Amino acid sequence: MKPEALLHPTPAGLFCPIGRFHVDPVRPVERALITHGHSDHARAGHAKVLATRQTLDIMRLRYGEDFCGEEQAVAFGEEIDVEGVRVSFHPAGHVLGSAQVAIEKDGLRIVVSGDYKRGVDPTCAPFEPVACDVFITEATFGLPVFHHPDPRQEIDKLLTSLKQFPERSHLVGAYALGKAQRVIRLIRDCGYHEPIYIHGALAKLCDYYVGQGVDLGDIRPATIEKSSPDAFKGAVIVGPPSAFQDRWARRFNEPLIAFASGWMMVRQRAKQGGVELPLVISDHCDWPELLSTIEEIGPSEVWVTHGREEALVRWCELKNIPARPLHLVGYEDEGD
Amino acid sequence: MKAFATLLDRLVLTPSRNGKLTLLADYFRDTPDPDRGYGLAALAGGLDLKSVKPAMLRDLVLERMDPVLFQYSYDYVGDLAETISLVWDGTRKDEIDDDHQPRLSEVVTRMNALGRTEVRSAVRDLLDKLDTSSRFAFLKLVTGALRIGVSARLAKQALSDMSGKDVTEIETLWHGLTPPYEPLFAWLEGRADKPVLATPAIFHSVMLANPVETGDLEKLDPADYAAEWKWDGIRVQMSSYGGTKKLYSRSGDDITGAFPDVVGSINFEGVIDGELLVGGTARSNNPTRTFSDLQQRLNRKTVTGKMLDEYPAFVRAYDLLFESDLDIRAENFLERRRRLGDIIQRAPHDRFDLSELVSFATWDELDRIRIAPPDPVIEGVMIKRKDSPYQAGRLKGPWFKWKRDPYNIDAVMLYAQRGHGKRSSYYSDFTFGVWAETPDGEELVPVGKAYFGFTDAELEVLDKFVRDNTVDRFGPVRAVRAERDFGFVLEVAFEGINRSTRHKSGVAMRFPRIARLRYDKLPRDADRLSTLTAMLDAKAG
Repeated sequence: MKPEALLHPTPAGLFCPIGRFHVDPVRPVERALITHGHSDHARAGHAKVLATRQTLDIMRLRYGEDFCGEEQAVAFGEEIDVEGVRVSFHPAGHVLGSAQVAIEKDGLRIVVSGDYKRGVDPTCAPFEPVACDVFITEATFGLPVFHHPDPRQEIDKLLTSLKQFPERSHLVGAYALGKAQRVIRLIRDCGYHEPIYIHGALAKLCDYYVGQGVDLGDIRPATIEKSSPDAFKGAVIVGPPSAFQDRWARRFNEPLIAFASGWMMVRQRAKQGGVELPLVISDHCDWPELLSTIEEIGPSEVWVTHGREEALVRWCELKNIPARPLHLVGYEDEGD
Repeated sequence: MKAFATLLDRLVLTPSRNGKLTLLADYFRDTPDPDRGYGLAALAGGLDLKSVKPAMLRDLVLERMDPVLFQYSYDYVGDLAETISLVWDGTRKDEIDDDHQPRLSEVVTRMNALGRTEVRSAVRDLLDKLDTSSRFAFLKLVTGALRIGVSARLAKQALSDMSGKDVTEIETLWHGLTPPYEPLFAWLEGRADKPVLATPAIFHSVMLANPVETGDLEKLDPADYAAEWKWDGIRVQMSSYGGTKKLYSRSGDDITGAFPDVVGSINFEGVIDGELLVGGTARSNNPTRTFSDLQQRLNRKTVTGKMLDEYPAFVRAYDLLFESDLDIRAENFLERRRRLGDIIQRAPHDRFDLSELVSFATWDELDRIRIAPPDPVIEGVMIKRKDSPYQAGRLKGPWFKWKRDPYNIDAVMLYAQRGHGKRSSYYSDFTFGVWAETPDGEELVPVGKAYFGFTDAELEVLDKFVRDNTVDRFGPVRAVRAERDFGFVLEVAFEGINRSTRHKSGVAMRFPRIARLRYDKLPRDADRLSTLTAMLDAKAG
């Protein structure tokens, strides 16, 4: 069987015609397999959803009770038969509940990595390499310029800045699911135990992480309308980056804008965004991790999706690994 | 190198002056000699370092990298030094320990000791030994492209903040010292006496004037004062002693290299205060040219022969601080001027002239003269007390500047951008436009940008207008509604207007600021481009 017969791109996303299901579809479908809870991968409105328990919980938190017609939770490593296709989920190390999906039929196995990373992250299960014939990898940071440093070194920058500018409120931009909780956990691991204030958009997800056993320390809401700027002097506030451009940010004292993202590797990106303190912390693979993952898994073919596909395909060509870009649409280039 | 690299990374993204000062002062306090001295020199523009051509850097990176992957990377990043600093490690490598990286002082001494044929391998070796951020700093230093928005003056202010010493004192010493400035740091930290200067041919802090405000002059006797034209150039100080000849900007930046025509003509010893202009001196009977002509010569490290021919520079002298090595700053203005006159008399007549005194009997008469100056490059008058000594700083009383009134136009807000720091949640940078005839009929064309002049309360109003009336977004910029009968009219004040090839409208304003919010006007009542071009023509005529 050709791999394309088992799985191929369609306008709605990757589709398995034999098992009649999609992976991370971008429009409502009959049956969806969801890798993780980020909104560009996990959308509401599918008839049936198969995902890890945590991903289902996160979708419910974000979209409400009726986020899909029928849900089915799957444990890591558990094998499920979907219309004669063998399907299993394996940790991807991206955010809480994130999984790679292995799809197998007649001895041909395709692994859809979803978004993944190889660096240490105490807030989710670590990536597990799964042997396969076709490996479908993301390429968000698929350029040789991306080398994510040790995240603790980035948090040290934040802690140093708090000492240098004790009067300024440090606003740390971090995406609401995964990045925010990871950053708070990292700050704690670096020895900072003052209260950390969070934007309202983070509250439910932080509570969920705590409920799942991720200790975030003393976190408090930063959204009390009446609080005075003095209350936030020298404090760490975590929120979605979009909020910092909003009126919301005015309650803080001389805010110093930090942003935790892999994009912060490039100075111009930080400058354009008005970021004073870039923190290069990413939940995606950097370039060396993408290469070492492909080498480790050793698939006979690599398909590259969302991100900088052309550079990773070029690298595979140089290494004589058959590779092609999938040109899937609907996944945010900015997603991190 | 690591400390310096970290400092650069922070400075480049820190917009506020106070923030920069904190970062600089902390760096000078926490970094050991001699590294901090070389860091200071790099920031203040006084670091002598062997340079490396970008072509060699590109060759080095392509020795170990696929050209296609390099091109993808360069296209994405857009800056050669940054691209190379990021792609240099092809594979995952543990961060290089800070203690095992070469120090800034080692890098400087090693580079400067290299012979021609050794550069390539030394640069490769250093790139291997430095971490990503230090590599970037290193590449910026050796390619001479350290653009981080820190002036020499700001670096010295940070030294003052760190030590409690007066910045004027640091300024006075500055040009007599060389990197890595160990005696300077020893004095700043109270470990040694103040360094002694060997020559007066250094920069001395300048005397500044206050603007004339209502009621200022009424109390003063015109007979006690002399007046001069205020020319629209830049303030400079010429220092010459014992063969050392220097030209400094008013903030103490050394601009000698950019003005070989002026510096090469110095045939006197002493320290002269004056205005740098382009065109002909009064003595050569050629006209003084505009500020936009002078701008062709500014902010350059070197200058071509063609520039020297097309934009000849000269100095219009107005004060003398040192006569040879004799400090005469305590003498009165008229006496200093008399001595200055003798020096200028003997100096090359095409490069130096003496600022002319304007005679007047009453303040009213001077006011009339000020409003209608005889030359378009004059922007007002300077008023100086005849018996005043030369005192650094901006004292109220001895010197005044009385400028021509600012120009005003009514313009329409077109785009807004968020500010920085305290203003990062406000739309506080405004691009404004006026009406112009275009092939598609009458349209608003952008003519300038302003980000101050308004009060905090007015900023709230402006910000709200932007948020409520956004019609398009381009990254951090928002386009706002601007139609004949709906929009926001701003009264913009500015100091002057120049022709510009960079702006679509063909004009560029100097020092534009928002003078008033014109709630009472509709966009259709705003000014037309022809009003601005007429100002240009009036100036040229």
